[in-house]
Amino acid sequence: MVAVALLDIKDLTVEFHTRRGIVKAVQHVNISIGKGETLGIVGESGSGKSVTSYAVMRILDRAGSIAEGSVTFSGIDLRAAPEEQVRTMRGREMSMIFQSPRLALNPIRKVGHQIEDVLKQHAQADSAQLTNKAIEMLDHVKIARSRERYHAYPFELSGGMCQRVVIALALACRPQLLIADAPTTGLDVTTQKAVMDLVTELTRERGLSTILITHDLGLAATYCDNIVVMEKGRVIESATSTKIFKKPSHAYTRKLMQATPRPGSTLRGLLPEGEAPPVPQKIQMVPREQKPLLEVTKLVKEFPRKGLQASLSRLLGPKPAPQPENFRAVDGISFKINRGESVGLVGESGCGKSTTSMMVMRLIDKSEGAIMFDGEDIGDIAPREFAHTPFRRRIQMVFQDPTDSLNPRYTAARAIADPLLRMGGIKGAAAIRGRCEELAQQVGLPTDLLDRFPHQLSGGQKARVGIARSIALKPDLIVLDEPTAALDVSVQAVVLNLLQDLKDSLGMSYLFVSHDLNVVRLLCDRVIVMKTGQIVEQGPTEQVLFEPQAQYTRDLLAAIPHPPA
Amino acid sequence: MMTAVRKLTSGKRAVTATAAAAVAKAASAEAKQPSGLAATINHARYVIAENPVTGFAFALFALIVLCALIGPLLVPHDPLASETTAALKPPSWHHWFGTDQIGRDVFSRVIVATRLDFVIAVSSVALVFLMGGLAGVAAGFFGGWTDRIVGRLADTIMAFPLFVLAMGIVAALGNTVQNIVIATAIVNFPLYARIARSEANVRREAGFVQAARLSGNGEFRILLGQILPNIMPIMIVQMSLTMGYAILNAAGLSFIGLGVRPPTAEWGIMVAEGAAFMVSGEWWIAFFPGLALMVAVFCFNLLGDGLRDIFDPQRRT
Repeated sequence: MVAVALLDIKDLTVEFHTRRGIVKAVQHVNISIGKGETLGIVGESGSGKSVTSYAVMRILDRAGSIAEGSVTFSGIDLRAAPEEQVRTMRGREMSMIFQSPRLALNPIRKVGHQIEDVLKQHAQADSAQLTNKAIEMLDHVKIARSRERYHAYPFELSGGMCQRVVIALALACRPQLLIADAPTTGLDVTTQKAVMDLVTELTRERGLSTILITHDLGLAATYCDNIVVMEKGRVIESATSTKIFKKPSHAYTRKLMQATPRPGSTLRGLLPEGEAPPVPQKIQMVPREQKPLLEVTKLVKEFPRKGLQASLSRLLGPKPAPQPENFRAVDGISFKINRGESVGLVGESGCGKSTTSMMVMRLIDKSEGAIMFDGEDIGDIAPREFAHTPFRRRIQMVFQDPTDSLNPRYTAARAIADPLLRMGGIKGAAAIRGRCEELAQQVGLPTDLLDRFPHQLSGGQKARVGIARSIALKPDLIVLDEPTAALDVSVQAVVLNLLQDLKDSLGMSYLFVSHDLNVVRLLCDRVIVMKTGQIVEQGPTEQVLFEPQAQYTRDLLAAIPHPPA
Repeated sequence: MMTAVRKLTSGKRAVTATAAAAVAKAASAEAKQPSGLAATINHARYVIAENPVTGFAFALFALIVLCALIGPLLVPHDPLASETTAALKPPSWHHWFGTDQIGRDVFSRVIVATRLDFVIAVSSVALVFLMGGLAGVAAGFFGGWTDRIVGRLADTIMAFPLFVLAMGIVAALGNTVQNIVIATAIVNFPLYARIARSEANVRREAGFVQAARLSGNGEFRILLGQILPNIMPIMIVQMSLTMGYAILNAAGLSFIGLGVRPPTAEWGIMVAEGAAFMVSGEWWIAFFPGLALMVAVFCFNLLGDGLRDIFDPQRRT
């Protein structure tokens, strides 16, 4: 409907000069976006989607440069424009929302003042109106009690709130183009929905063009008119959302769509055809006594609130500080896990699911309640001593961030060998190496990667190292703390299948902590839904997800992006 | 200084740098990597070749080490032998750096002094790393009382003017090389303790530390096996920087007469002795040992940056 495109990227190639020569991060990309359109750029990590947007904003690293092609923004050639001109355009003509809202805000400046800074920079308001304008912007992004929040520091706001402030910053000068680079990564589904709805509403209202960069095809299809799919620096498919979902023409798009868990997909169905490994032989569970493996009763965790007032009065006043009210992170929850069963623990950030898993892992102390493992109370063993009990080897964990959970100075083999050295009862370097290789094969990690350091491995490979380490001692229970949250969907599909196969062949039980209901549905037999430290609903997966009883569960399910089917 | 500047620029570019890092990572994953010592040497060669300043610093360092090891074999004259007929001669072909008031060859004395100054610097840095570094790591990792004790101890030392404190220690313990080493180490304690503490503190709840707990490691083993190796790059930079400071400190102590005693060849004393002759025009007696001091300190300060690049595994892409 619009003849001239607002932003026209033609034949764009971006190069990075690295130690190993020139790397072409983006190759011959053609993207065009008209006024008022929303465009989704979808791709996995390393596909060049972010680099494309950096090239548009002209904020490429010193090592990177536009080698070929042109970027035209409402008639201005951005590649040739002087830096001075581009600087005034950034913020006023085109703005960007970054991935981590907390990092994008100055932590020691009130959010209201930060909005004023942008307005001042581009001379959008005189000093008399500044405050009112900033508060107006906060109102626009639907921050309640905006007059009060004007004085808030970023750390006093939740992640979702921070992202709203960032949106307010980006839109303060009424730009024509908004680039949102994975704006909802790290946010809960309900917050994600609220933020995305807000962006859509604001952009419609103002006739803004939006580029949404994401790895989530579902999210892009729900909120965008057109979608561009990128792989390895190239655009491989470009069409309308509905068309891409109904008839994806490229094999990679199909693979990506298939790997995204949706209602109705199966674990094996996530993998591309022909790549699914054979279903392993299920271990025959000896029907021993029907005692649950793990039984948690009325578990409570309280953290003392450390207020400034309390500390001050303790320092200054002779009378004791008023007893600070304790914060209950986990508030009397009870659940069971049977042998060979996998149980999903679902909830939004701050609901106490991680605290619960840390207590079960015996990494932190509980406040009240009992944790029975295989008939014995392990809840009273202090975390420091737990490393020396025989229970330690029977409860293991896979961490959320595969990078953070590997020591950067240990090779993959050394990381996997760590539990073997401490508790494996294997002597001799050769024997340990042998076991490491065996484990690497079990988790599908090529053995020649064992001598690499974590930063030389991809995300999926690091996840495999973490899984190999956790199964090294053949534990009975593994706590999986969002093990796929940091992975691309196609890697997630492989890892989820791997976890399922390992569970079947080794007969382990899983406690799967996650916020992604679609993933939980694939892997878990039962689901526990938590909110503010309490269990709101628990039961068999199908029942909880298809006939939810609690309103909260229904809200969670509704917030998952529903692409046009 | 250079480190700080570099950090600043890298911070500003952080956002775009992640993109470049992702690209570089992809590139490195494809290439086959050598491992172990060979990789470290390869990497060191690359770092030196990439940055000529680092290469220069390493060359200078090699020269200093060479002088320290075989200096006495190289020099043309006996550093202690006086030749009264040739006293206070300006630099010439025969005496490159001239001669001092009792006719000793300044060039030979400057070269021979390298060993003593280098030994003082290395051993005081090693000592302060063992005391301050380990105390700081423990303070950052365990927190609580360990943290309080180490922290207050560092604060107490910081409360003194550092050079005066070093003077006091040497005066009290006695005028020996050993005591100079101890004094220099104590003076540097707070610096090491604080850096090690903050670095250990951020890694205290890191995923890999939790994972190590699950693998059955005790707290001390985690401290030494997991935390310490990770903060070594930072500590090595710190050590390189304090090497320069330690040499200056030792020379300063000798200069005011506390420390190494004449007629031993040591840069500090030589500057002190030569200072009296500056006014009468015999500049070379103080100038050349002073130059040696400056070059050594400059070299150690430059070295810090290069060492960090070499020992940080993340940079080995």
